[in-house]
Amino acid sequence: MSRFIERHPIWSLVILLAIALLAWLIIAVWPPGLEEAIGRKKVFLSAVFNGITLGGLYFLVASGFTLIFGLMRNVNLAHGSLYLFGGYVGYAISAATGSWILAFIAAFIVVAAIGILLQLLVFRRMEGQDLRQTMVTIGLSIVFADLMLWAFGGDFYQIQTPAWLIGPVQLPLITAMKSSGEAVFLQYPMVRLVIFCASVVIGVVMWLALNRTRVGMIVRAGVDDREILAATGVQIQLVFVLVFALGAGLAGIAGVVGGTFQSISPGEDTRFLLASLVVVIVGGMGSIPGAALGAVIIGLAEQLGSVYIPTYAIVVTFLIMVLVLAVRPQGLLARR
Amino acid sequence: MSLIQEARAREEMLAGSVVTQPAAWSVTEQPWAWAVAALLLIMPLIANGFFLIEIFGTTLILGTIALSLMFLAGYGGMVSLMQLTIAGFAGYMVAVFGVSGNANISLGWPWWLATPMALVLAVLFGTLGGALAVRTEGIYTIMITLAIGAAFYYFTNQNWAIFNGHTGINTIATPHFLGVDWRMDIAFYYLTLAVAALCYFAVLYLSRAPFGLALQGVRDNPRRMAALGFNVNAHRIAAYAFAALIAGMAGVLQVWNYRQISPGSVAVERCIDILIVAVVGGISRPVGPYIGAFIFVILRTFALDFLVKVGLDGNRFRLLIGLGFLAIVFWSSDGVIGLYERWRKRTRQETRPPAGGHGHG
Repeated sequence: MSRFIERHPIWSLVILLAIALLAWLIIAVWPPGLEEAIGRKKVFLSAVFNGITLGGLYFLVASGFTLIFGLMRNVNLAHGSLYLFGGYVGYAISAATGSWILAFIAAFIVVAAIGILLQLLVFRRMEGQDLRQTMVTIGLSIVFADLMLWAFGGDFYQIQTPAWLIGPVQLPLITAMKSSGEAVFLQYPMVRLVIFCASVVIGVVMWLALNRTRVGMIVRAGVDDREILAATGVQIQLVFVLVFALGAGLAGIAGVVGGTFQSISPGEDTRFLLASLVVVIVGGMGSIPGAALGAVIIGLAEQLGSVYIPTYAIVVTFLIMVLVLAVRPQGLLARR
Repeated sequence: MSLIQEARAREEMLAGSVVTQPAAWSVTEQPWAWAVAALLLIMPLIANGFFLIEIFGTTLILGTIALSLMFLAGYGGMVSLMQLTIAGFAGYMVAVFGVSGNANISLGWPWWLATPMALVLAVLFGTLGGALAVRTEGIYTIMITLAIGAAFYYFTNQNWAIFNGHTGINTIATPHFLGVDWRMDIAFYYLTLAVAALCYFAVLYLSRAPFGLALQGVRDNPRRMAALGFNVNAHRIAAYAFAALIAGMAGVLQVWNYRQISPGSVAVERCIDILIVAVVGGISRPVGPYIGAFIFVILRTFALDFLVKVGLDGNRFRLLIGLGFLAIVFWSSDGVIGLYERWRKRTRQETRPPAGGHGHG
């Protein structure tokens, strides 16, 4: 971090100023002039919170994608299908048992099992042929999409939020002042905050597991040089299978989260595949912190864009990607 | 490493020589290619309106879009998933600059102004997209071009001022000149055939011209080409520009054919269809995309009837396509052409020794 500041003093200043401005916009009571210029603070605050929580969801999808890519150099373009399938499994379980937690566990296990099968039956046979693997994942995503359309139809499904998570929670953030001088605080749906906290926890645990444990060390070594790692006696195939299972399982969990947040329907697979692509292109391929940063940036851009410039929201997301590619083609937090 | 190189390696192994011979597939050296050309020329005598346009016209258009991908992937080693997006962009531009049912959007230019404008803008689009994509390599190119294609799809869905949102632009005017309505079946078929032939021979020519050879050098070893003084990225971007021109022409034909364009025409699935068409046909030779397109169109048109006849759900067309694509990627790294080459090689080996020639096949 300090090395970054030394190397790019101007950029650091710009980033610091941007963060300070954002913090001020969130915390301060807006002066009337600002409210007239860009609308009410409540709208802005909910857009920011929606953006950050959406970023949490994007992180869940993209972290699995980037983990698989980082270790196996496999662009898994069927990742969106794994997300959607996780959502359907979660819906089926939660509709059958009424348990939201069970839906998560089931989605993780089932989708991780599919990941293991994919790695064992498909990707292991074409190791090192990354372009061919990518083609195969495209074919698989078509097959999966049609199978799911067959099984679940074209309907929208929404996973039932558990009773203890329904309803808003009051945050200590002032949205406006009443004429009597009383402060109005922001009300925000509880479930989104809980899910966001959960994705932060998952992210931190993943980061700790990668950087502080022996298994994480093996995985990081595999990212750098898998041949040498295999030569030191590590069962690299086992590591591949485990990482693929974890990445796929995360996509499955994300599917349940997405099904609770929004809804699941055919076409969502493509949407989240695109989101993961953009997130990891922006954040840096194969980097977990990069996925987190990219997810928050893209989530915020999408939500703020759809509030303030509705017809060009997607262009904002795209422009961020272009800007990153132009300035830092390897992504913001990638090492190479 | 890459699909192309695998295909090359196998081809070299089969041919027993390092030099590949694209000429062997050109019309001038293969008698049966003459037969195909003649058949295509007299097609209106054989086929009626439905077959002429829905099968052969569509095949030629789809094949030409896939040809632009084949050019990039086969000679440049860059798998671009945005070729359909460029074609769709050209189509949209024809609709925006030309005459259509949406008078509040279309500028009402005559076709001879609107079409070149659309092509110029499509080339610009492709060049800019290419300039972005060449900042990365290999599988990253797929990701970035897919992101560009998807972003364009979502943009057309959201934007009402230019692209008219999800309803798209309808009743687009088609050209009349030399006293011919070029939307009539036979005239349109010949127009499509002419454009497809032009693009096919242009790619064939370019593959042996200095630019194409340098591009193939860039594909095989960019560092060596850079050391030899070639500007690697300029060659790649120029390849994107040329491919965009091909895709743009096909896109203009497509919009004249359907007379309407909507975000559905540039959806992500359609972008991937182009990759399927090119890979199923084979991306080492310009003829591959047309073979792939023919198979794809036949499947798309008749899969429903076929599946129903076999007793399955007719809506499972995409499942069939996906499984077929998987099978091709699994068993042949060069699509149908690769399978054909292997089969020919095997029969040749079996017939060459006089003792072993006891009637196979």
